[in-house]
Amino acid sequence: MGFYTRSSDLAPSSEPQNGRSPAKATHSRQQATWGAGARTGAKGLSRHRWLRSRYQGWVLPIGLLIAWELLSRLGVFPPNLLPAPSTVTATIWGLAASGELVRHIGITLFRVVLGFGVGTLAATVFGALTGYSPVAHRYLDPLLQALRNIPSLAWVPLFILWLGIFETSKVALIAVGVFFPVYLNLMSGIQNVDRKLVEVGKIYRLSQIQLIYRVFFPATLPAYIVGLRNGLSLGWMFVVAAELMGASQGLGFLLIDGQTTGRPAIILASLLLFALLGKLTDSLLAALGKRLLRWQDTYISA
Amino acid sequence: MLYIENVSKQFDNGFTALERITLKIEPGEIVTLVGTSGCGKSTLLRIVAGLEFPSLGGVLIDNELITAPHPKVGLVFQEPRLMPWLTVQENIEFGLHNLPLPERRRRSEAVLAKVHLTPFAHALPRQLSGGMAQRVAIARSLVTQPDILLLDEPFGALDAFTRARLQDHLLEIWGYDRPTLLLVTHDVEEALVLSDRIIMLHPNPGRIFKVLRVDLPRPRQRSSVQFQELKEQLLLGLDLAGAAPALVKR
Ligand SMILES: Nc1ncnc2c1ncn2[C@@H]1O[C@H](COP(=O)(O)OP(=O)(O)OP(=O)(O)O)[C@@H](O)[C@H]1O
Ligand SMILES: [Mg+2]
Repeated sequence: MGFYTRSSDLAPSSEPQNGRSPAKATHSRQQATWGAGARTGAKGLSRHRWLRSRYQGWVLPIGLLIAWELLSRLGVFPPNLLPAPSTVTATIWGLAASGELVRHIGITLFRVVLGFGVGTLAATVFGALTGYSPVAHRYLDPLLQALRNIPSLAWVPLFILWLGIFETSKVALIAVGVFFPVYLNLMSGIQNVDRKLVEVGKIYRLSQIQLIYRVFFPATLPAYIVGLRNGLSLGWMFVVAAELMGASQGLGFLLIDGQTTGRPAIILASLLLFALLGKLTDSLLAALGKRLLRWQDTYISA
Repeated sequence: MLYIENVSKQFDNGFTALERITLKIEPGEIVTLVGTSGCGKSTLLRIVAGLEFPSLGGVLIDNELITAPHPKVGLVFQEPRLMPWLTVQENIEFGLHNLPLPERRRRSEAVLAKVHLTPFAHALPRQLSGGMAQRVAIARSLVTQPDILLLDEPFGALDAFTRARLQDHLLEIWGYDRPTLLLVTHDVEEALVLSDRIIMLHPNPGRIFKVLRVDLPRPRQRSSVQFQELKEQLLLGLDLAGAAPALVKR
């Protein structure tokens, strides 16, 4: 890398730069060449890195799957306890063909999305309040911190009593799980906004509202997105709990179903689908975050 | 007209940072504050900017008492303090939120050219060098066309070359609209190159110790005899204020 930067420094007028840090190479460069050179350089680089990181992520899972399949076929794993990946795939395929799969995935997704939405909304309101206003913080935060220390699953009996065993109690449980990580990240994000940037806002006489959306909001966004991702992963955790405690549909129901009917392939299929859906939804949030936070100057800023 | 009238500042912890500072600054004048670290220079600028309030006395701008940041006063902090999520141009437009977009664009483009940063209009702060970032910060203040521009060690973190270039830039920009400049520096030559008047402060509590007028025509030659004489005087004054070790660098 040092080699590349050096060569481009020596010949500032020569073609696109290969250096890894466009900003670093800029100092010694002509202003006119900077824009074009740095931009194409960065694009080519990130594409290359993107491809490579994709491959690297897949190596281990695919290797394990192949090993698992082989060992199953050789009879090392008893099929009534650990069926082969091909059997699991066939099970998923069967569920999909009968239309059941869409129904189970649909209802589980519905619960997660709704619970996540409700939890996030509440957390955003409370987090914004306690983060921004010291008075609200003194009144609300101790109570919320105390509630946080109740293991979320301990709410289950109460929710069932209050809200019945149907959707409402499930969504409520998921919302409680989502609430705390979002709340904590948002609150501390707001509290940690750089006072120096807030002063800049004051110098330019921003109103309270303008200050919030022009300084506090963008400055808090990174922490908020971390909170959302943590919240979402807890949402997936709690949907399983909610569906285990009594449901006739959903991926969590499939787990119980597989257990009671002695079909491990169903259980594994359900686990696999949880993994896929969890990863997928998290990737969506991550991609959104990356788009919104392109300005960040971080170690891994692609 | 900027009138600092008998300003004292005592912080909540009882520390007196400034005591009885009185200073009258004419429109278009360039005044520099020098003095050891901790003698209250930043505090004084922050009071003039309306970010901090004096315990006694007050600051008048055109006979109006300052109780909050004034629309005609700009402040350039010691660090650039750019919004990392905005591009250079958007940062420069940060203070123009009340103007319609075309007018904002027109003004920011004009200022970008003045600080020679037009090719970087769409760069993000993390892509800038320290000197460039500081120029953006200056541009962000200039674009609001302040009558009074306060600069807190604006070139403090920069190397001697960049510093000299930015001093020239600053004078060039001052030449356009002739705003009042009140700046803080640790650099004796910088004070002499820029100012009409140099205010020496001494610490504990921060007080005006001595005032030096610089009547040399601009642009000033650092090697000229008069310049060197004034430098001697200034160093001597600062020495008496107990500040010499921190200031005699070159
Ligand atoms: N908020 C505060 N509370 C208490 N004391 C403070 C506060 N802000 C500044 N001070 C004190 O006031 C004194 C003057 O601070 P100030 O920042 O104005 O110094 P300065 O002259 O700008 O120094 P430097 O050259 O190092 O920037 C310092 O001794 C500092 O400790
Ligand atoms: Mg200071």
